[in-house]
Order: sequence, then structure tokens, then C-alpha cells
Amino acid sequence: MATLLYLLSLFLFRNAAGVAAATLWLFFLVRLSKVPFRYMVRGLRAIVMILALTAAFHLFLTPGETLVVIGKLTVTKEGAQNAFFLSIRLIYLILGSSVLTLTTTPNQLADGMEKALRPLQKLHVPVHEISMMMSIALRFIPILIEEMDKIRKAQLARGADFESGNLWKRVKAMVPLLIPLFVSAFRRANDLALAMEARCYRGGAGRTKMRPLRYRKADHAAYLVTAAYFAAAILLR
Amino acid sequence: MNLIEAGKLAYEYIIRDEEDNVTEILRALDGVDLQVGQGDFVAILGHNGSGKSTLARHLNALLTAEEGTLWIDGKDAMDAGNAWDIRKSTGMVFQNPDNQIVAGVVEEDVAFGPENLGIPPIEILKRVAKSLHAVGMSEYRRHSPNRLSGGQKQRVAIAGVMAMEPKCIVLDEPTAMLDPSGRKEVLDAAERLNREKGVTVILITHYMEEAVRAGRVFVMDQGKVVMQGTPREVFSQVEELRGYRLDVPPMARLAHELRKEGLRLPEGILTRQELVEALCRLS
Repeated sequence: MATLLYLLSLFLFRNAAGVAAATLWLFFLVRLSKVPFRYMVRGLRAIVMILALTAAFHLFLTPGETLVVIGKLTVTKEGAQNAFFLSIRLIYLILGSSVLTLTTTPNQLADGMEKALRPLQKLHVPVHEISMMMSIALRFIPILIEEMDKIRKAQLARGADFESGNLWKRVKAMVPLLIPLFVSAFRRANDLALAMEARCYRGGAGRTKMRPLRYRKADHAAYLVTAAYFAAAILLR
Repeated sequence: MNLIEAGKLAYEYIIRDEEDNVTEILRALDGVDLQVGQGDFVAILGHNGSGKSTLARHLNALLTAEEGTLWIDGKDAMDAGNAWDIRKSTGMVFQNPDNQIVAGVVEEDVAFGPENLGIPPIEILKRVAKSLHAVGMSEYRRHSPNRLSGGQKQRVAIAGVMAMEPKCIVLDEPTAMLDPSGRKEVLDAAERLNREKGVTVILITHYMEEAVRAGRVFVMDQGKVVMQGTPREVFSQVEELRGYRLDVPPMARLAHELRKEGLRLPEGILTRQELVEALCRLS
């Protein structure tokens, strides 16, 4: 939850005060999570290219007051500003969400979601089922990616061509990839349902938790602080 | 009373075409009699389509038979209302390791069964630690199952069943998708549970070498139990087994061939060790 609000708040700030607040907050969160900073920065490596590219685009292509001219490229004041804020935003986006993913297991996440959405149960929203689906989906993503890769190779070995032709041709080339993937996903779902039933799964009622999510004072305080931060972000905008 | 008592059990798969007309009736189980006592290690052998997996699903009340009697741990499995109770007494491990692990962390997956049973959290933690220890996977408790090998995943699946503290576990071709070392890991774990914890193990397989470890072997063909006995008794009948499209373990087969060539070897040789000793005694 807090992460979501934080990510939202990133898109709000437009000036230095906002950046300062976001920086402080992120620093505070990282310290709190006790995740080594080095570990988090590693996550940034993946986006360095995108970062450089978007920054460059904004730097050179935003119209406005001219600052410097390099050959044919013009750097404008607005461009520099945009590039700066956008890079900060992207970096903080990654750092902020990695705080979440590095400290919380998917199941805890699903548990938290289940708890947060509990009030909706009165409206007959199947909250437990939704969170169960979430955690199962998260677990099967890597398996399906691996499977996709296998199918791709199998089709390539049979002479399939995924790389040439125009967009339409390439999209059509994906069909023999997606159909086996869906078939196998359904088969997996069937197996999994059987396995879950064999282990006595029958929905949310009567279930206990190995590590029940109990909100202590600190957690309630965290909610308050997050709300306060969000309010501040809106004000500083 | 035995833990599992089946009498004249029958089950049919009805195959329908698009208009819901019955096109074919497959009699997957055809009068199966089976007795398994508490603490036994039993192997059920059969080639593909012999009905062994269908039988396994009955033992876990995932399927209910049409005819016959089936008592599991004193409960009548013919009554679909007992299904949840029966699933507490017999746990089941399936063939594909990926498709039976529910959670994204090993210990959370092991906890899934007990959580479903409504067991208090402290007790769940204890059971998870105990069952992971029993299959030798304690050090992986916080790992993601995606990074484990096939054999390790299957051991986690066994731990997940053990945490529900069943009297019996049914392993439905647990090694079919594993490499030889993974196969050994899984069988060793199952054998240890049987020996040390007294859990009844029913191993369903088409690998003869695996069945050698069992105390008793049932051979199935076309929905019937066609042979039963100790591995020694069953595997000495090489010709009959071949009739059911099954191969005997390599050493038993070699001994059989040598005997046919006129060597005076005793019946019932299963391992390389036994063959070596018997050959040495000859000269």
C-alpha cells in the first residue's frame, strides 16, 4: 500500500521541495527495511539504458528557452528540468518498488492484500479467492516464461520465423507460440487444482495461517505516517 | 482392520463426443482387491493405461468408485461425504513437481496443507520444520521453489504432504519427470519416512528398479491386479511380467537368461550383489 502511494506521489512533484521530500522518505524507508543499499542499486542497472535514452530525449527535444546549442541539438531550460525530474522519478520508482519486493514474499503480499480488501467481503467480493489467484499467478510467471522459451525453441527448430516480416506477420508468427502455451497453462491449472484439493484446500473458510498477519502499533503508525507523507507530497506540489 | 481395504473396486471413464453421446467406456478399474496394512511399503506397477493412477486417485478420494467397497483408515470411501476426512489420512504426491507447489516460498508451500486443515499457527510452524527436516530440505526453507532441482521440488512436495500428518502417502509416479539422481533422492526420502516414522507408503511407478525397494508389489494390467507378492516372488516370473508389457530389473533378467542357458542359479535374484554372490558360489 505504502509503496503504491509512494509511486503515485512521485508523479506529483514538480519542484525541488518535492524531490527533497521524496528523497528523504525513500532514505527513511531503505534504512527501515535494513536492505543493504548496494543490493538495491544493483536493481537499477537494468534500467540504465532506458534512463539515458529518456533523459536524452527530454533534454534535446523539449521546446522552450534555449540554454546551450551543440551542433544541431538545442538544450532548453524546460528540457533540462524535465530530464532531471524524469530520471529522478524513474530511479526512485525502481528503488521504491524494490523496497517492497526485497522485503516481502509474494504470499505475505497476498495476505496483506487480503486483509486490506477485507471490508469488500461484505459486498460479496471474493477477497480470499482474489488474493489466492494473485499468489498463484506470481508463482507461475517464471514457470510459464521458461515454457514459452522452450516452445519458441521447438518452433524455431521446426523452421518457424519470428524475426522477419512486417508487424502483422510477426504477430501472426506468435500464434503457434501462444496456443501451446495456453494449452499447457490450462493443463497445469488442472493439475494444480487437483493437487490443492488433495491437500484439503476448500476456500478461505476455516483456514489458518502459519504466520498470521497481525497489525501491531508500528503497522498502524506506518499507515498514519504514509498518509501524512502523501498529504505532504500533494501540498508541496 | 487394514489401513486400506479395497474389494471388487470398479471405475469407468466415459468418453463423450461433442453432442454428449457416449462414444467409449473405458473400464479403468475392473474388480480391484487390495489390502495395505499400517506401516507397509507397497509398490503398484503397471504400464501406461493399466489403471494404476486411477487407483491412486481413489485412495485420496479424488475419484469415487462406481462399484465395490473401499475402506480407508476405517472410513467408507464410497461415501463422497467422507472425502475431506480421507484426504487427511492419505496424502498424495503427483508426477509433475511444478504443478503441485502452490506457494512461492518453500516453507509457505509446506504450510499450505496444515493451513487448510485449520491448525493453529504455532503448531504449523513446528510441523513445517519437522517435515522439512524429515526430507532433508531444512536449509532451503526460505528459497523459491523455482530455483530447486526436480528431486528437491518433489521432496518439498512430500514434506507438504507430511506436514498434514497423514497415516499414508500415495506417490503417483513421483519420479517420472526426474533424472536418475533426483529419482534416488525422492525414493530415499520416501523410504526413510516409511522406516523411521512408520508412515505407510504406496509407490505407483513403472520403473521396476524402484519397486524392488518395496515390501510388497502389486502388478496391474487393464484395470485388474494380476500379480502380487514380495518383489522376489514377483520378479522371478520374468515371462509372465513380459506378458504385461513390463520389464524386470536388469539383474533379475540377467539371472533369468543365465538360468535358461543352463547355469544353476537360484530363483529370486534382484540385485547385482546377489548375482555376484550366486555366481561365485557356482564355481
